[in-house]
Amino acid sequence: MKINRRDFMKLAGLGGIVFASGLGKTASAAYGAGAAAEDFYFVQLSDCHWGFEGPPNPDAKVTLKKAVAAVNGLAEQPDFIVFTGDLTHTTDDPKERRKRLSEFRAIVADLKVKNVRFMPGEHDASLDKGEAYQEFFGKTHYTFDHKGVHFIVLDNVSDPAANVGEEQLQWLAADLKQLPKDANIVVFTHRPLFDLYPQWDWATRDGAKVVELLMPHPNVTVFYGHIHQENHHMTGHIAHHSAKSLIFPLPAPGSQPKRTPLPWDAAHPYQGLGFRSVEAEVKKDEYVITELPVQKG
Amino acid sequence: MNSHIRATFIAVAFFIGLGADAAHVAAQPTEQVIKITAKKFDYTPNHITLKKGVPVVLEFTTADVLMGFNVPDLGVRADIVPGKVVRVRIVPDKVGTFTFFCDIFCGSGHEDMTGTITVVE
Repeated sequence: MKINRRDFMKLAGLGGIVFASGLGKTASAAYGAGAAAEDFYFVQLSDCHWGFEGPPNPDAKVTLKKAVAAVNGLAEQPDFIVFTGDLTHTTDDPKERRKRLSEFRAIVADLKVKNVRFMPGEHDASLDKGEAYQEFFGKTHYTFDHKGVHFIVLDNVSDPAANVGEEQLQWLAADLKQLPKDANIVVFTHRPLFDLYPQWDWATRDGAKVVELLMPHPNVTVFYGHIHQENHHMTGHIAHHSAKSLIFPLPAPGSQPKRTPLPWDAAHPYQGLGFRSVEAEVKKDEYVITELPVQKG
Repeated sequence: MNSHIRATFIAVAFFIGLGADAAHVAAQPTEQVIKITAKKFDYTPNHITLKKGVPVVLEFTTADVLMGFNVPDLGVRADIVPGKVVRVRIVPDKVGTFTFFCDIFCGSGHEDMTGTITVVE
């Protein structure tokens, strides 16, 4: 009996959640040079905050390394890995910022999979408009194609006021214009593109303009970080999925007066932290999300 | 026009129509002016009590970097620009306690830069 990856996850007790974008169609256009619509999976890690020190995570110096080991330990390795921002914890010292970015890069270099995609979070990029980040990781917004899916990485953090900005919006519009209407599109970004909870700054100031540009396309899914917890939201037919953090969990939107980290539980270390696998079923435009722990138990 | 849009309109109109320069902006003689200083990483004062329906002018200054002031529940936001006095007129239209925060990333303590406005009858 041949066991596919989803069957394996079920057997391992890690049942994924299926999210289907689009309007119920059975197939969408494979996109990209020589693209063939072929299922694959990728791993999303987010909000590592390398350099953070404090009671919300007394294990901060090893959490990222454990996450790298956990990804390397997956029975089947993903096609690629994406980090959706806040690679490092912010610092007012530009020299220290570069030190943290350098250390982060060295740690994730141990990932077995070498196809790794990065983007900044506000902690990496908002104090210098992405200058240090770009020295280590290159462009803050870009696109790439993989097995029939068009991936768009959007930067909503290099502007400290959390705007995507007119220039990037025009770039996005031009990119979308050359795609078939029904192309499979996945957007990676750091902040939510919708007003999840503006009272805690969980929004992108001009995110509605991004969503407006994406709306004519029936097969769009967004993966993001920033809020240090799972959240699933629809704006029309567009699904938005936030990821857990690898440093500390934050409270559910508006569930307490302040957006302070949830306390570390010594009896259950790493509770609320984790990463996810995302299995892309390209022909159906379905994404099977499976949340995975930093460490088992 | 709903209340949020109305409050935003009032704030925006103040900026566009009168500018952010203290020399060109003045509260009506009867309106209370509340001075708020923003600095890394707090507002002084960080708790303000207002009366529903009574207009006030919030007068902001900052000694260091560009900062923001955002009260989503009241539909009011402003940039606090170094070297300028920035004024925002608010007419609170609902009772409650509402969070305000800096929405321009300003440094390592940015996320703690918050306060509250309590509106009473």
